[in-house]
Amino acid sequence: MRNHERHKVHGECETKVGSDCRGSALSWSVADGVIDLALHRAPCNELGSAALEELEKFVTDLERVQAEAHALIIYSEMKPGFCAGADLRELYHRSQAMEKAEAAKGVRDFLERIHRVFNLIDAAPLTTIAAVHGVTFGGGFELALACDLIVADKMARFCFPELRLGLIPGFGGIPRLKRDLGNAVVRDLLLTGRSFNAAKAQQIGLVSQVVGEGEALRTARGTAAQLKKFDHATAVAAKKFIKPIPLEELRQEIDLFCELFARPAVEAGLRKFVESTDAQPYLP
Amino acid sequence: MQNQSMTAMNSTEQTLDEILNLAAAHFKVPRGKLHPDDDFFKTLGIDSLQTLDLLTKLENHFHVELPDYELQGVSDFRTLAGKIQARL
Repeated sequence: MRNHERHKVHGECETKVGSDCRGSALSWSVADGVIDLALHRAPCNELGSAALEELEKFVTDLERVQAEAHALIIYSEMKPGFCAGADLRELYHRSQAMEKAEAAKGVRDFLERIHRVFNLIDAAPLTTIAAVHGVTFGGGFELALACDLIVADKMARFCFPELRLGLIPGFGGIPRLKRDLGNAVVRDLLLTGRSFNAAKAQQIGLVSQVVGEGEALRTARGTAAQLKKFDHATAVAAKKFIKPIPLEELRQEIDLFCELFARPAVEAGLRKFVESTDAQPYLP
Repeated sequence: MQNQSMTAMNSTEQTLDEILNLAAAHFKVPRGKLHPDDDFFKTLGIDSLQTLDLLTKLENHFHVELPDYELQGVSDFRTLAGKIQARL
């Protein structure tokens, strides 16, 4: 909450202006027309069932309070980064504890739910800013891509490592990346699975501002303050005009992910990741 | 030709020295404890996320891109310096 006074009232999860909700994985509050969504689940905001439940509560609240706000800022309170993506350990252990058909149904259900959340954030009638630092991988990258603007600390790092597990990004990453960038760039990121830094992200047009270490949130707040000067209805109309939600491709992505998830290579890839003691488990 | 080789060698040594300085400063390890052939995972005691931090620091410092897959199996500062030097 640096450089910004926010009045906080803990307790009920019904956000009003000047109040907040704190969960185990994320918290949100509204002040001065800006909704803050802070991610704070150790080690690096892995998105599992607990985070998804809280994200669903958040978007329910968002639909209620967005008329009173002009901006939403999503950021991480965790030192390693913005978000390391899906909780692969939970995914692996839950899948192992179920019959294959039940596990496949569980994965599809999870994807449908997280797509609904990301689609609501993507289309929210206010300007959304992801203030990212450090690891912004997989599902974390996909969350940032659902936002209108990405402000990146110069230590931010982006990656779609899913192919290393025999999967594709499943939280809407491919259609959203394709919406924002050229297909050749998308292929590079997707097919090589390499990570890249904030300077490269800005060079390819993904990131709007690169700032010094620890400065992303402050910069996002400055940007949000600027947005407040404009007519809100015009900003909403402009966003709706320029940022269509690629619903058909998002649907296809869920289907393809589920098809790939059923293959034995995925189970082997997940097990390798979960059991790895390698200092570089992100490398294939 | 000999001068060119000497320049290249000096540059690699200079790159190595800069990597060691940068790693010492970022991970708050005395510079004297770091040696070119050290296994940096062990010497710095870093995990996968901190390794990514080091990678970003190096890319920002040298203004190069280092795809992760090029660093697969690289664990000592000298080899790392060679990989960076090849992109300068």
